[in-house]
Amino acid sequence: MVMSESAPASLAERIQDHPDDVVDEATAAVKMSARDVSVYYGDKKAIDNVSVDVFSEYVTAFIGPSGCGKSTFLRALNRMNDTIPSARVEGTIKLEGEDIYSSGMDVVQLRARVGMVFQKPNPFPKSIYDNIAYGPKIHGLAEGKSELDAIVEKSLTRAGLWDEVKDRLQDSGTALSGGQQQRLCIARAIAVDPEVILMDEPCSALDPIATAKIEELIDELRGRYAIVIVTHSMQQAARVSQRTAFFHLGHLVEYGHTSDIFTNPKKQRTQDYITGRYG
Amino acid sequence: MSDTVNIDETRVPPTRTPAFEARLKKRYAAERRFKAMGLSAIVFSIAVLLFLLVTMTINGFGGFQRAEMKVPVDFPAMGISVNTTAGDEDAIVRDLQNQGLPEIVQFSAEEALGSEGAAELNGEAWRIVARQIAADPNLLDRENSFWLPATEDLASAYAGDGKVDLQPLAAQLSERGLLDERFDPGFMSRADATDPQLVGIWGALKGSILTMIVTLLLAFPIGVLAALYLEEYAPKNRWTDLIEVSINNLAAVPSIIFGLLGLAVFLAIFPNYRSAPLIGGMTLALMTMPVIVISGRNAIKAVPPSIRDGALAVGASPVQVVFHHVLPLALPGILTGTIIGMARALGETAPLLLIGMRAFVSSPPSGFTDNATVLPMQIFLWSDEIDRGFVERTSAAIIVLLIFLLLMNGLAIYLRNRFEKKW
Repeated sequence: MVMSESAPASLAERIQDHPDDVVDEATAAVKMSARDVSVYYGDKKAIDNVSVDVFSEYVTAFIGPSGCGKSTFLRALNRMNDTIPSARVEGTIKLEGEDIYSSGMDVVQLRARVGMVFQKPNPFPKSIYDNIAYGPKIHGLAEGKSELDAIVEKSLTRAGLWDEVKDRLQDSGTALSGGQQQRLCIARAIAVDPEVILMDEPCSALDPIATAKIEELIDELRGRYAIVIVTHSMQQAARVSQRTAFFHLGHLVEYGHTSDIFTNPKKQRTQDYITGRYG
Repeated sequence: MSDTVNIDETRVPPTRTPAFEARLKKRYAAERRFKAMGLSAIVFSIAVLLFLLVTMTINGFGGFQRAEMKVPVDFPAMGISVNTTAGDEDAIVRDLQNQGLPEIVQFSAEEALGSEGAAELNGEAWRIVARQIAADPNLLDRENSFWLPATEDLASAYAGDGKVDLQPLAAQLSERGLLDERFDPGFMSRADATDPQLVGIWGALKGSILTMIVTLLLAFPIGVLAALYLEEYAPKNRWTDLIEVSINNLAAVPSIIFGLLGLAVFLAIFPNYRSAPLIGGMTLALMTMPVIVISGRNAIKAVPPSIRDGALAVGASPVQVVFHHVLPLALPGILTGTIIGMARALGETAPLLLIGMRAFVSSPPSGFTDNATVLPMQIFLWSDEIDRGFVERTSAAIIVLLIFLLLMNGLAIYLRNRFEKKW
């Protein structure tokens, strides 16, 4: 999928023309399911009773105005909120039927299964090679140097970065351009072969060309992983996702097929948001 | 509402009025003043530093020299021999003493310098001859000349003060080329003595090195672990707030109090290790630790949270996040703090006074539990002496201390640059 320069007005038509957006609910497998999830920061309720299913092999987009809680919800999916002492999660989130907040779930293993890419590219201040190899190394996924080399090459290839960096794998990851850094972070996430990849506004710090590359990449990756992407850009949600959830003030307003959300929203608030009346 | 508010064609924009230009000039003037003040502050500090270094070098240079007299000794005529199988240097020196080397040296001095001059030969001079023979027995094969230290009295007279009646003798010997100020390499290898002609700095330097090793080995790991725990693991509550305030206060406690603590606690536990580098190092470690904790916490705080998130998101455990990412990135800052603390500990005298490290120690410490003194303490002790020779020796000791300090700081800067990473 290549980013188009057309105006938001033609958005609905574009989505309708898009063959990728045909979601067959019957064959799609539920990867993660959230039921009645509320997230608190101290006494403040940031997310109120949200229930969402994330499907395998599909891209799910969370859209909504700033501060609506979509990033908070995303971080609840791999327990990154654990690092914030005041954060508290209620309700159940299941990964393949297993409650991720139960005592039986190991958080280190969970994060290896549910990878994450952040808003601002955050490569480690190490070499490109070490950035990718770090995850497989700590989990012991590779036996010997050659296997590790293979994982690094495969991950970088999948992230579409191999050709650009194969001659300078020992250079620092922080020396790359912003878009390359973000693809490096995606490669780092897929190096541990996760089941789900969470992306928190992965393109908000990038220029349109780098954004187009990331979107293309997301489209290629979705056959292999369940992808959840938080985005401010409705065009981006329309371009890359098959399912869209619209959040507003901590509530899930509407969740459904991307084409339905953008062409035929059921709720007035969704309609107002996608037509730019607020947000 | 007046008419002037209305926008009309002829209105001068507010940024083009004379009043605005006057304000602009004022702003530039303020900037120039500020720059000039900053520059003068730097010039002033450089001038003070240069003054310190130059006067110290000029005064201290003499401290590395001593007045020595030239004594030729005709060994073949004296008929002494060296038994190289006698053992170590000390055994050979004793053997030579038994063979009458002191008298031989004294006799040779009388031959060369006259009886008045020979009387001013330092009593320990023969030991220098003996050690040189021990190092090179071939010296005994022919007549050799030695430069041997004069007495403190003659050295003072040669320098132009001290006993007036010795000054003509000093002048006469000097004229004949038999008395001279010569570089004294032994200053770097000897320990304290009562005679300024025979003192050395090595005892104190070694004491300082041993003490610093103990301090570093205790304060660095404890300080870094405390900083890591407080930043990464400890919950934020009243207890950790209390601990933080206590550590900050501890860093500001006058050093002599730490000396009392060392006296009351460490010497109560190890009463036999009075004046040992072990106890000194432990006392100084108490003093250095809060500095390392505070600077370590700041360095850890400065590691961007995005790096922690990135590591957690690939499934690193909290310990892995700390040791693979946070600590390496914080290390340059921690090292800087450590070196500041260590430099302070190196120059510390007060707490060591209380645990007995001001003792007169005439041989370099051989280990962590030996009696020892440290460089600043040696400086303090020498500056207290009345003999003129000690004045220059004190300056020389200060130079040694400063060089040691510079080397430590240089090492810190090198390590910091090596570990520093950009992100």
